[in-house]
Amino acid sequence: MTVSTAVHDVVFSAETAKPAPMRAGFRTTGSIVSAIVLVAVLASWEGCVRAGVMPAFLLPAPSNLVLMFATDILSPAFLKEALYTMAEIALGFGAGAVAGIGLGAAIALVPMIEQIAWPYVITLQTIPKVAIAPLLIIWFGFGIESKVLIVALICFFPILVNAVAGFRSTDARQVLLMDSMDATKWQLFRKVRLPNAVPYLIAGLQIAVVLSVIGAVVGEFLGASAGLGALLVVRQSNMDVTGVFSVLATLSIIGLSMNLAVGLLSRRFAFWMDTSVKI
Amino acid sequence: MGEPAQGQAFDMPRGDAKRPAAEVLPYAAAAGAPPLIQVQDIAKRYESRSGDSIDAIEKISLDVPRGGFISLVGPSGCGKSTLLKMMGRLLPPSSGRIVYRGIRQGEIKPRLGVVFQESLLLPWRTILDNILLPIEVMRLDAAAGLDRARKLLATVGLEGFEKKYPFELSGGMQQRAAIARALAPEPELLLMDEPFGALDALTREQMAEELQTIWMRTGKTIVFVTHSISEAVYLSDRVVVLSGRPSRLLDDIEIDLPRPRSLDMMTDPRFGTYATHIRRLLSAKREM
Repeated sequence: MTVSTAVHDVVFSAETAKPAPMRAGFRTTGSIVSAIVLVAVLASWEGCVRAGVMPAFLLPAPSNLVLMFATDILSPAFLKEALYTMAEIALGFGAGAVAGIGLGAAIALVPMIEQIAWPYVITLQTIPKVAIAPLLIIWFGFGIESKVLIVALICFFPILVNAVAGFRSTDARQVLLMDSMDATKWQLFRKVRLPNAVPYLIAGLQIAVVLSVIGAVVGEFLGASAGLGALLVVRQSNMDVTGVFSVLATLSIIGLSMNLAVGLLSRRFAFWMDTSVKI
Repeated sequence: MGEPAQGQAFDMPRGDAKRPAAEVLPYAAAAGAPPLIQVQDIAKRYESRSGDSIDAIEKISLDVPRGGFISLVGPSGCGKSTLLKMMGRLLPPSSGRIVYRGIRQGEIKPRLGVVFQESLLLPWRTILDNILLPIEVMRLDAAAGLDRARKLLATVGLEGFEKKYPFELSGGMQQRAAIARALAPEPELLLMDEPFGALDALTREQMAEELQTIWMRTGKTIVFVTHSISEAVYLSDRVVVLSGRPSRLLDDIEIDLPRPRSLDMMTDPRFGTYATHIRRLLSAKREM
């Protein structure tokens, strides 16, 4: 399934298609080898640090990192920062998704709206969203609002572009078939256009998941009173490498769980498409 | 080639070879009711991008009696599908009109069932839910609809597949499901646009045989577009032969063979006479 539009954010292409199925035995062997490699890397890393080959203040031993991470996630202060960032991501992602899917449907289905909105979409799309962040911080302050906006903005475009492609991908013959049943426009949307667009919407969400974490952290770098990004800056200035690693691990867990959630959505609503996003 | 329906040079086994096409046909006359569909001087012209227009259908008139099985045959791209869609009011004609039940104004459009070359099943719905789609869309009684859908599944030989998804079925089975879906709302008129065109020859013959059985059992009015001359002769009460673009009516042939017809009947000399006649009409047109 390849979707080509003028905008580069549509990545619902061969790369996101599932890989050719491997033989089960081969896959198991691969997993075992992968686990062995991981253990070997961690063990030699631990060994190097303990033997003094690698200075611990630059790269702490894995055991220390695990300890630090455990301490962090058990500390209420750390959890408060993490929740703050998660709130930014969730609110921004949600707002970006609602706006992107809504406007995407409108652009795809109402020619008038397409003519009005599309030039602006293309133009705004070319501005790096991260570069707008300083402006948003000036306008909306150091609180949560500016970060939610940055996240929403950064999520909005890939979701929008995929939504437009998705709502446009309805088979004309399917529309004719619905016409023969005297279907209303709403029935056509609800029963054909929307379910048909779901794999595209999920592809858009999948891109937005990754971007939303970036957006929140960058927003907090630029100026924040709370959040994991702010904590990262503090720990960096203290040369607390172990602490930085701990924040990175937390951020990647947030990203992974969102990815998992989108993957579950895909499995539930896009199972029928062979290119549906797999996790 | 002369005027439509007058190019008769063959010795056809039928009474009134020179009958004009628009005249009231014996079926409707016998029933004492106007035909279900009257196609009156219908023409379709498409505007191309460069601004010039293409005549797809020049001027066609024909009647479809209630309960009849009419096939449209003609060369590729001759506008058979276009005519079929116009007969179901799925496409507006450029001129002329479609009259249902002889009522010109305020008439009720007959309830449609449509089958295309592709099954067009919704891939996210199970087979049963696909068959229920028209019942949902037309807001028909759900309980009665479910009952009918299950019976139809049996009729088309898909019992036990109601919970499967379309991609789990073969092409022939998908097409059976599409036929069941078309029949689910109990349509008055079944429009079939090369419904067996994507199937292999063996499945195709089998499906034609089953369609005849379904038609005889339900008494639906069927308009059937096909490329296959033998399929048209085998299934139809009447075969309407169309010319290449711009499409005109070459002949409207009554197929006077007893029902139910078996596939063996294709070797019957009378069957051969009909098929040869239609083939000659189509090839004579091509040589011009």
